[in-house]
Amino acid sequence: MTSTLSAATSDREAYRATLLELARADQRIWCLDSDTGGLEKVFESELPGQYVDLGIAEANLMSVGAALASTGLLPFVNTMAAFASARALEQVKIDIAYHALPVRIVATHSGFSAAHLGPTHHAQQDLAIMRSLPNMTVMTPADAGETVRMVRAAAYLPGPVYIRIGRNAVENVYDEDADFTVGRAVELRSGDDVTIVAAGSYPVVFALEAAERLAAQGIEATVLNMHTIKPLDMPALIKAAGTTRGIVTVEDHSLLGGLGGAIAEAISVHRPTRVLRVGVADAFCARPGTHREQLVAGGVSPEHVIAAARAIVTR
Amino acid sequence: MTVQAEAVTADLFRLERVALAVRENVLAIGAGPIGTHVGGSLSATDILVALYFDVLRVRPDEPRWDDRDHFILSKGHASAALYATLAERGFISRDELVTYGRATGRLMAHPTLSVPGVEFATGALGHGLSLGVGLALAAQRALRPNRVFVVLGDGELQEGSVWEAAMSAAHLGVGNLTAIVDRNRLQINGSTEDRMALEPLTDKWRAFGWDVSTVDGHDFAELVPALRDAPGGGRPSVIIADTVKGRGVRHLEHRKQGHFAKLSPEAYERALAALRAVA
Ligand SMILES: Cc1ncc(C[n+]2csc(CCOP(=O)(O)OP(=O)(O)O)c2C)c(N)n1
Ligand SMILES: [Mg+2]
Repeated sequence: MTSTLSAATSDREAYRATLLELARADQRIWCLDSDTGGLEKVFESELPGQYVDLGIAEANLMSVGAALASTGLLPFVNTMAAFASARALEQVKIDIAYHALPVRIVATHSGFSAAHLGPTHHAQQDLAIMRSLPNMTVMTPADAGETVRMVRAAAYLPGPVYIRIGRNAVENVYDEDADFTVGRAVELRSGDDVTIVAAGSYPVVFALEAAERLAAQGIEATVLNMHTIKPLDMPALIKAAGTTRGIVTVEDHSLLGGLGGAIAEAISVHRPTRVLRVGVADAFCARPGTHREQLVAGGVSPEHVIAAARAIVTR
Repeated sequence: MTVQAEAVTADLFRLERVALAVRENVLAIGAGPIGTHVGGSLSATDILVALYFDVLRVRPDEPRWDDRDHFILSKGHASAALYATLAERGFISRDELVTYGRATGRLMAHPTLSVPGVEFATGALGHGLSLGVGLALAAQRALRPNRVFVVLGDGELQEGSVWEAAMSAAHLGVGNLTAIVDRNRLQINGSTEDRMALEPLTDKWRAFGWDVSTVDGHDFAELVPALRDAPGGGRPSVIIADTVKGRGVRHLEHRKQGHFAKLSPEAYERALAALRAVA
């Protein structure tokens, strides 16, 4: 199925198709909606018995999802990342995470992908928030194909899962079907000088572009797609710390507490290594613009990755 | 016709003309690089025009004037209608509207503090009424004249926080607070009554301790007096404005597909023609 995804397929569309495919095969898989637009067409129309629209009420959505999960169902709850991680946070923390219930939160419009919709719809804190919740698995795919693999893998994980996806299609990172294991990073390129660890669609694309341009400058980078932010792939990070001169992290998330924060926390304990973080500066976005324009303005671009990698190698 | 009645008719005619200009600009914004929430902007247009051109005591050249009435667009996705109204009223220039969504400008798809006349960034539904309670309470305790008007979407009323605000407003007796519900009967997934029913809506507000009235949200002869008369007394007021999503553009009216639209040049021309045909 992955090979049929065109470059124009968004993670959202890939997710919806996969959810429907999973739900057709397993009646325990439900779709909980919150007026997100589209699921009523692709899901409710075919499987109304496994669909509930809770309206524009994200806090209620999370608690209802928790209770459904407690009865043996496997609900996928749908809202934007901003609302999942902030507005409905206490419900996520207590009703879902504390009870370790198998609710799958699929959060769209992550990072700056809501772009011109502005800071009310941006989600630059959700990785920091969600990974601080005990029991929560936190993942973000690099492209539509990986979204499919991730959603399939998430469906049967034991506890709660947070999957962070974007709004529109970015670029395909994978040509064809690849292996996917929760908690195991994917090495997209190998090099001896520096390791670039990225998570999410633009960050992985930027990491690969930066690696290519660094190679032209004689710097060889390993690129890891760290699609699972929690639990982190420690063996891969320890290996990176041992075989290259440092780690650059790249994310469409605040510099505080996301992928870079997680890696810095872990590596400082297990194998102290230089870690330079490329992420969004600690400020609300001040201007409209496209997803990419806002990332660049916030401090996330191939150029920022290159500068960080050079700083590690030339030190 | 009496002299007084003629004056009233002339005034309503003036409001109609402003509303047409606002709707034209909503469509122009919808034809811009990122599109806009066309349906909910067109349903709220007459409410905004009545407020800004007849009811609100505001100074475009002094947006933070101490004695101003406060306005909060809780359904912040109708930013196009708000910006177009603020432009007609002189808070921003009409020329600025074309910068909507562009990185060179400041007009985001939800209102932000960088726009003169905007007091709170809205867009995450369910915040505006609580902000309104706070502003109303501050004015009430300080014995200040400020009145507070908040426009809410009907789908927005599904957020529990709206009812926390409603309960507190009645309990605190903020009679200087008026909520206006843009009752267009649609949300993104379809009809409010099919998706998450709101009715009996007037009973709900009454049970929460509010003064409730219902008006035709596209008839200035009903809207204006209701908005003028609402504030005051010991209780907050809510005006349920019966509206039409996409109002003014026949082929977008009552259609959930018009919630958000990026109009192609042809779609823009067609929408503009439809709008002018009924104006
Ligand atoms: C807290 C929150 N949840 C979801 C959304 C996404 N959203 C934007 S508009 C909208 C529908 C709003 O419906 P309604 O309030 O009836 O507005 P209108 O019909 O006037 O456009 C939704 C769900 C949001 N902006 N905020
Ligand atoms: Mg509505």
